[in-house]
Amino acid sequence: MSDTAIEFVNVIKRYGSAVAVDDISFSIAKGELVTFLGPSGCGKTTSLRLIAGLELPSEGQVLIGGRDVSRDPASERNVGMVFQSYALFPHMNVLDNVSYGPVIRGGNKAEAQAKAREILEQVGLAGLQARLPSELSGGQQQRVAVARAIVQQPEVLLFDEPLSNVDAKLRRKVRAEIRDLQRRFGLTAVYVTHDQEEALAVSDRIVVMQAGRIAQIGTPQDLYDRPATPFVADFIGDANLIDGTVRGGHFRAADLELVLAGDDGPATVSIRPERITLQTGGPSKVLSATYLGSRTEYVIETGAGELLVSRPISEPAMPSGSAVSLHIAPGDLTRVR
Amino acid sequence: MIVLPWYRQDGLFSGASALFQGFGGNAWLLPGVVLALASAGLSLQPGWRKGTAAMVLVVASMALLVGQGFAVGLNGPNWPGIVAHFPAAAEGQTGLGWGGFIAGLALLGLLSELLAARGFCRGERFASGAVVIIVALLVLFVFFPILKLGSAAFISPDGGFALVEFWGRLSAPELWRLNCFQGTGRCGVVINTVILGTLAALLSTLLGLALAMLVARTNFRLKRTLRAISILPIITPPFVVGVAIIVLFGRTGVLTQLGADIFDVRPTRWVYGLPGILMAQVLAFAPVTFLVLLGTLEAINPTLEEASTTLGARPMKTFRTVTWPLLRPGLAAAFLLAFIESLADFGNPLVLGGGYEVLSTKIFFAVVGARYDLGNAATLAMILLSLTLVAFWLQMRWLGNKSYVTVTGKSDAGLAAPVPQVIKVAAIALIVPWVAFTIGVYLIVVGGGFVTDVGRLDLSPTFSHIVTAFSFEFGENGLRLYGSAWDSMITTLWVSAIAAPLTTVIGILTAWLVARQDFAGKKAFEFGTMLSFAIPGTVVGVSYVAAFNVPPVDITGTMAILVICFMFRNMPVGMRAGMAALSQIDRSMEEASQTMGAGGLATLRNVVLPLIRPAIFTALVYSFVTAMTAVSAVIFLVSARHNMATAYIMGRVENGEYALAIAYSAVLMLVMIVCVVLIQFVVGQRRLGRRKELQGAGPAPAE
Repeated sequence: MSDTAIEFVNVIKRYGSAVAVDDISFSIAKGELVTFLGPSGCGKTTSLRLIAGLELPSEGQVLIGGRDVSRDPASERNVGMVFQSYALFPHMNVLDNVSYGPVIRGGNKAEAQAKAREILEQVGLAGLQARLPSELSGGQQQRVAVARAIVQQPEVLLFDEPLSNVDAKLRRKVRAEIRDLQRRFGLTAVYVTHDQEEALAVSDRIVVMQAGRIAQIGTPQDLYDRPATPFVADFIGDANLIDGTVRGGHFRAADLELVLAGDDGPATVSIRPERITLQTGGPSKVLSATYLGSRTEYVIETGAGELLVSRPISEPAMPSGSAVSLHIAPGDLTRVR
Repeated sequence: MIVLPWYRQDGLFSGASALFQGFGGNAWLLPGVVLALASAGLSLQPGWRKGTAAMVLVVASMALLVGQGFAVGLNGPNWPGIVAHFPAAAEGQTGLGWGGFIAGLALLGLLSELLAARGFCRGERFASGAVVIIVALLVLFVFFPILKLGSAAFISPDGGFALVEFWGRLSAPELWRLNCFQGTGRCGVVINTVILGTLAALLSTLLGLALAMLVARTNFRLKRTLRAISILPIITPPFVVGVAIIVLFGRTGVLTQLGADIFDVRPTRWVYGLPGILMAQVLAFAPVTFLVLLGTLEAINPTLEEASTTLGARPMKTFRTVTWPLLRPGLAAAFLLAFIESLADFGNPLVLGGGYEVLSTKIFFAVVGARYDLGNAATLAMILLSLTLVAFWLQMRWLGNKSYVTVTGKSDAGLAAPVPQVIKVAAIALIVPWVAFTIGVYLIVVGGGFVTDVGRLDLSPTFSHIVTAFSFEFGENGLRLYGSAWDSMITTLWVSAIAAPLTTVIGILTAWLVARQDFAGKKAFEFGTMLSFAIPGTVVGVSYVAAFNVPPVDITGTMAILVICFMFRNMPVGMRAGMAALSQIDRSMEEASQTMGAGGLATLRNVVLPLIRPAIFTALVYSFVTAMTAVSAVIFLVSARHNMATAYIMGRVENGEYALAIAYSAVLMLVMIVCVVLIQFVVGQRRLGRRKELQGAGPAPAE
């Protein structure tokens, strides 16, 4: 129990008759960075706000550090939050923004400012203390927002899509900075995003959400290699989902037959596009070949439907219209239903 | 409860506490005291906020506090059977004093704590407290008076319940007759009111539309002047226009005499009645409709009109098929707004009415003077209220469903299409007489006070009216004020100065609650606040008389009732201003403040208020100006000790002392302008580089 930072126990959040979060339970260990990933409206932001105390659950409990905080408002929880829009106070300079929390929590103003200066230095913003937020670049504003969230050593640090206002080019860098900071301070962090690549890159574990429920929880590799549902397979990376049947240790769909252990019956399997190899000559036909710089993507017509195949550029190209055969290794196939 | 005097006394702190009173005979106070003490005791225990016991206790104490107040009236019990248990109740009790007030407040505070602990307002204690207290205030000062008034309509003069009498009052032919349509005399009061409202709304909407068209869609040269002129009526006490019209068109009026001399038209009293009231109202409401329609016109995305033009439509066709349909919801809103204003208008019908009676004046005459008939006044007030609410409801529906506001966050490329020439000419033709008329009216207001008798065309300059009203001297005992108007002027300033900040506080607070907090019953809460705006002033006045003349809350004749009246009448405007400002501000800034440990109050003070300064300014100015110029509600509530400027001026008008009235009005308007400038100076309008900063982030220039 002592190394659990956050726990949800059968949490439900309703807005009128709409259910935003539908009976979810999970726990997050101390020092871990967990991402809530899912399409818009899946309940990931609501879950984050439930941790922050900006929403209170309709049913169930939210525990932070083992304490039930289900009825405590945000101001009485020790959380830090980085908002999508950064939410810097436009009428206060950088130093006032960062020392706001310590001052509000009853600190001495000089001490609070000293603390704020220290953090600002650590995020590389020393010397910009007297600026107004409007006088900073987007990346700098983002760092002020992070500094402001961690200055009080919160039990949990929350990120609500922190990269959506950052240039595509800068994202990789900022994301690495966030990860680095979180490790350096040993913070427990919860991160919300709808970008699966971002989620794979920053997380220790990912909670994939769908329609207010948890679809799967696991490490990035778990989710990519062993998706539990067609939704997860499709949402994280690209996937070929093939419907067929399993009988006697084999999966069959039209002329496709692959080794797959498991119970007999109808099944859906997921195959990643880069795990399929191609050879010239065979029953299938290349419908389109798209050159993408680092790889070529093919759409292949097979008896089991159209499949997406991704091959490195080092292999010889298959022209569109040519006949090919597909090869899939037994371990590269995951049953998702 | 234990220390402060329970009942209202002449002195502030003299009188016995509830505990003392309880043992001294008024035993019905004791259970309340016991329960309240128990609640207070419980609240000292740790963890009390989540228990059930506290909730039960607090609710029970409140029920007792309210119950005892209504059960035992000034002259004895209101319900039979009480005397049997509490013999002393036969002597009755007076209104609540400080002790009662503070006990009530403390109980509300406890209640809000308990609700917050149960997740009300997301557990935010300050917000929860604010909701509970505002709801309690609204119930006490908006709903309770209206209910009391409603019940008064069913009570006969001797105090019994009288359904028949109510029906008699309700169906009286003097309310509903249609004789004027048959050419056989006058119509009923209700019919009169509706005719006046419809005509005034129609004409002022038309005028407002013409003004808005000229300002928004043409290169008309006098745009700025038009905008400036249209602001004037807002700071003008409503009946001043009426007085000016009498001076211009009355039987001995300036223009009437001119007409008599030049064209040999025999002077008549034609202006008294529908034509005069209509003129005054159109003059007063056109700026309101103008602002509504200007907003609508400016909200129409010009690209829509450009699209129509590129599809081959001529200007007139574009106007008819695109602009006009988009304007329609705005027109409906403007019409209904003017209609509601006309129903509520009291000053102009009183001054210019002659024999033309409308509901608001009829209510007044039913209450004042020897014919004090609260039952009849209540019935009339209920009719007026129903009419207003129907219009209000229609307006809400219309705006709710049919508003095609086409403003988006994206910048609107394209220029607004100029209006077709025909419409422009028509608009100018409408505007010119209006401008001339407005200028004439204000010339009278400014100049009329400084001539001997503007009403009888004696135009020799004099300061005698100002001297009568505002003479003073510095004597041995310091400043001495002799003028007859000083009392009312000083009261007005005091009341406005106290009411304006209070109104602003409650208005902005309510805006914040509605815009930013989630709590059960929020829709009803919002509707309740809007309702207090829709109730016509006359109805508010009568309802306050009905409700606060007797215990438990006995405050008529005090300055407090004037302040309270203004607070709840003007609060929705502060609320609207606050909500508009808040909608421009990213909510996550407040959430950021909360996650950093700031409670509701700290967030409001440190983050919200600095960002909505302009709205605070608007609310302050509006509530101050309205408090200075309002007539309809206060005329019922003023007393000899606390008279208001407007009521005083009204009295002068009734006595035919037009010059004095006009002189005083001019001074009043001057004082208002000075005060507005002062408020601006104090509150300031420092705006932090709009837009991009208000959103907290946005693209900022890189270094």
